Amino acid sequence: MELQQQAQRILLPAKASFIVLTIALALLFNLLPWRSMAGVPDLTAAVLAFWCIHQPRRVGIGIAWTLGLLLDVGNDALIGQHALSYSVLAFLALAVHRRILWFPLWQQALHLLLLLLSTQLLTLAIRIAAGASFPGWTYFAGSFISAALWPVLSFLLLLPQRQAEMKDENRPI
Amino acid sequence: MEHQPPPFFNRGPAPLVRLAFFVSIATLLMVLDARFRYAESVRQVVALAAYPIQRVAMAPVDLLHAVANYFSSTAALQNENAELKLKQLRAAPELLQLEALREENKQLRRLLDAEERLPAKSVFAEILYAGRDPFSRKVVIDKGSQSGIQAGQPVIDDIGVIGQVTRVYPLMGEVTLLSDKDQAIPLQVQRNGLRAVAYGGAEGGMLDLRFMAANADIRNGDTLVTSGIDGTYPPGLPVATVARIERDAAYAFAKITLAPTAGTDRYRQVLVLSTEAKAPPPVEAEQPVKKSSRTKRARKRE
Repeated sequence: MELQQQAQRILLPAKASFIVLTIALALLFNLLPWRSMAGVPDLTAAVLAFWCIHQPRRVGIGIAWTLGLLLDVGNDALIGQHALSYSVLAFLALAVHRRILWFPLWQQALHLLLLLLSTQLLTLAIRIAAGASFPGWTYFAGSFISAALWPVLSFLLLLPQRQAEMKDENRPI
Repeated sequence: MEHQPPPFFNRGPAPLVRLAFFVSIATLLMVLDARFRYAESVRQVVALAAYPIQRVAMAPVDLLHAVANYFSSTAALQNENAELKLKQLRAAPELLQLEALREENKQLRRLLDAEERLPAKSVFAEILYAGRDPFSRKVVIDKGSQSGIQAGQPVIDDIGVIGQVTRVYPLMGEVTLLSDKDQAIPLQVQRNGLRAVAYGGAEGGMLDLRFMAANADIRNGDTLVTSGIDGTYPPGLPVATVARIERDAAYAFAKITLAPTAGTDRYRQVLVLSTEAKAPPPVEAEQPVKKSSRTKRARKRE
């Protein structure tokens, strides 16, 4: 019963400015000078997947591709590598967006883990095909951390949509 | 009459079609970048768009540095000052001799009719951040083509070679470290002048000295310096010391692992050297013909 209520909770429409702001912040996080630290979560991918799941009509494969291109240049990676993996991530997120919100948060996190791991595997395959060597198993740690952060991320990113315009105890909003 | 859905149901092409479109563009870009290096113009344009975000991302780190500087105690600074003075004093006699030696070397080279070694010019730069790409080992410095930096220039710190500038943006430069898998550097054993080439990509940021015969005269602890035969790195810069040698009779080559002298983890300051390309002067096609006609004439006169 509780599950049903959680899923049917009525949210305010998301503001475009808020979506842009959160994606920009996630990009900033990704471009912070991490000194080749292992296990830094790919927050841009997580935020992108979140908006693809919650706002599939606004955020989709085109935005994912553009973000990926920016990260390719920002990280000095192979051009098109992030663009490709983020497009696939957005597609997978769009494919599961109707189903995933019916699960409790930790099961959503498991879904997300699979999505992120598959994009990382895709990146790995591309780079190995281009002549790089395997960077070690810690490479995948970032996905697990991102997935663990999913409940926090969902709470924070849905916060503005939960605020009622006029406070009223008897209304479900 | 054809049925059209109302505009608020229209969602454009199907997701799979969009995915195919964007994946094919990305694949095209990747092939152009990895195989033909044609994607550099795309990279430059996107770099302009990404630059403000990168600068903003740099701000918290700069702030941290500023705060750390502010709180670094006077005692620590005085200690460092004294240490640096001592270091300078130790280096002073060698520096004084260097001037004399340089003059002598110039004179001897003139006597031998050898090409003069030009002192390398250098540009001071600071490391902004290490690249986040886990597949390559690169750092980004704060000087670019506007400071006269070009791709191919060697980068050193105060104890040895770090790597080579591989890509230049207007305000930033990308340095590939020696330990990158695709980086190679020609070296010379300082003790006996034996030449070899070291490759990056060994585990733990080490270098591989490949294709050295199993009986080559090389020992643990040997220092290797740049040989300068590539025309990119000036000769005599310290690069690495031999860390481990495995000689196996089953293989023709010894497996030699080097530990690089310089480390980018310690300091943020580096020097970008500019080496004048010393390619052999272009041979003009007409000259030998003239010479031969002259000699013919000379022969006729004789």
